[in-house]
Amino acid sequence: MTTAATDPQPAPPRPEAIRIEGLQKSFGTLNVLKGITLTAREGDVVAVIGGSGSGKSTMLRCINFLETPSSGRITIGGEPVAMRADGSPADRRQIERLRQSLGMVFQQFNLWSHKTILENLIEVPVHVLRVPKAQAVARAERLLARVGLAEKAGTYPAFLSGGQQQRAAIARALCMEPRAMLFDEPTSALDPELVGEVLAVIRDLAAEGRTMILVTHEMKFAREVASHVVYLHNGRVEEEGPPEAVFGAPRSDRLKQFLKSVG
Amino acid sequence: MSALAGAALAASSLDLLQYSPPGWGANLLRGLMNSIIIAFGAFGLGSLIGVAGAFGKLYGGPVTRDLLAIYTTVVRAVPELVLILILYYAVTDSVNRLLIGFGFDRIQISGLAAGIAVLGVVQGAYATEVLRGAILSVPAGQIEAARAMGMPPALLARRITLPLMLSAALPGLANLWLIATKDTALLAVVGFGELTQETRQAAGTTKAYFTFFMAAGALYLVLSIGSGWIFARLERWARRGQRGVRG
Repeated sequence: MTTAATDPQPAPPRPEAIRIEGLQKSFGTLNVLKGITLTAREGDVVAVIGGSGSGKSTMLRCINFLETPSSGRITIGGEPVAMRADGSPADRRQIERLRQSLGMVFQQFNLWSHKTILENLIEVPVHVLRVPKAQAVARAERLLARVGLAEKAGTYPAFLSGGQQQRAAIARALCMEPRAMLFDEPTSALDPELVGEVLAVIRDLAAEGRTMILVTHEMKFAREVASHVVYLHNGRVEEEGPPEAVFGAPRSDRLKQFLKSVG
Repeated sequence: MSALAGAALAASSLDLLQYSPPGWGANLLRGLMNSIIIAFGAFGLGSLIGVAGAFGKLYGGPVTRDLLAIYTTVVRAVPELVLILILYYAVTDSVNRLLIGFGFDRIQISGLAAGIAVLGVVQGAYATEVLRGAILSVPAGQIEAARAMGMPPALLARRITLPLMLSAALPGLANLWLIATKDTALLAVVGFGELTQETRQAAGTTKAYFTFFMAAGALYLVLSIGSGWIFARLERWARRGQRGVRG
C-alpha cells in the first residue's frame, strides 16, 4: 500500500512541448537546414546559437510554419503537424490552432502600429480566441504591469523605445497563454543600453518554468538561463548539451572557434 | 443706363436660380443629388472591387492574376465615355435581344443603375492599383505577427492589413472620389438627369448659359471642397499611432 511513498522512483520525464525530427529546408537550391532534430520538454529553456546564416532563425520559423519546411516532422504538445509530401501544412486550421499555442517574439517587435499597446495585447485573445473582453483586458493589464509598462497601455507603439516595444511584444505573446514561447533574436535590433531590460523579462519567464526556444546572440545570457544549448552550423546541429558543457568544454573545433569569435 | 441694365440682368439671373419656378434651382439641386448618389454608389462599388482586386493581384493564383491584369489594363485604356456608351446601348441591346429570344419583354436599364455600374467598374480598376500599392506599403512584419498568432486570413485582412494600408490609400482614394463626382457628368450623354444634364436643360430653355454653367461650376466646387474636408479628417484618423513627418 505504501510502496509508492517508501520506494522513491525517478521522476517521470516531463511531457514534450516541441519536437522536431529531420527538419530540412531549402530555398531553391540553397539548403539552409540539413536535417535538424530537437526536443523541448515542458519547462525547458533551449538556447539556439550559431553564426549568421547557420539556419537558426529559419529553424525557429519552421516550428510555427512561418517558413514551410521541405521535409521532416514537427510535433507540438504531442500532436504531429499534418504535412503534405512537399512539407507544406495540410490543414490550415490545425496550423492556426497550433500557432495560437506558440507565442512568437520577433527581432523587429512587429507590434501593430494602428493599435495602442493594450489593443495589441487583447486583439487575438478577443477576436480569435473569443476570450470575454473584460477578462482579456484584466489579463493584459496584469501582464503590462509585469513587464513594467502599466502606464503605457494607451500609448501607440511608435511612441515607445525599442526596449519598451519588445517588452510589450512579449506581453502580447503571453496574453494568448501559450504553451511555449519562441524568441527570434529578441535583442538584436535594440540599442545596447536597452538590451538589459528585455533580457530581464525573459529571465523572469525562464525562472517561472516557461517552455521556450530562444535564438540569440547573447552568449552570457544563454549560458545563464538555458537548460539546453544547441549550436547550429551550416544547417546542422554541430554540438548540443547543457550550457556548462557547451560553453565550458566545447568539443568541436567549429564551436570553439565560434565562441572565441563572439567573445 | 448700362448700370441699370446690369442690375436688371443680375436680378433676372438670381430669379432664374431661385428654388421654385420660374427659377431652376430645384432642378439643379436634384441634379446635384443624383450626381452625388451616383458618385457615392460608383465609389463604393469601385472600392469593393478594388479591395478584392488588390488582394487577388497580390495573393491570387496565376489565373486570377491574369484576369485582373486584363481587367485593369482594358478598363484603364478605354475612355469612360466609350465604356458608358457600350454598357448603356450595346449591353442593353444585347440583353434585350436575349430576353426577346427567350420570349420575355424588353427591359429598360435605369440610368442610375447603369451609371453606378459603369463608373463603379471604371473606379474599381483604378482602386485595384491604388489599394495594391497601399497593401504593399504595410510592413510585412506586422502581417507576419498576426499570422504567427494564428489569425485566420479573412480576419487578418479586416483587422490588420486593411486598417494599416488605409493611411497610404486615402490620398489616392480621395482622388478617385473627386474623379467619380465629375465623371457623373458623362452620364449626360445617355440623358440621365445629373447636374450637368439639368444645367444644360435649364440653360438651353432660358438661354442663360453663363448663369447656369457658373452655378453648376460653383456646386461642383462646393462638393469638392466638402469632400476634401471629410477626407482630411479620415486621413488624420487613419494615421493614428503614426509619428508625423513634421513631428
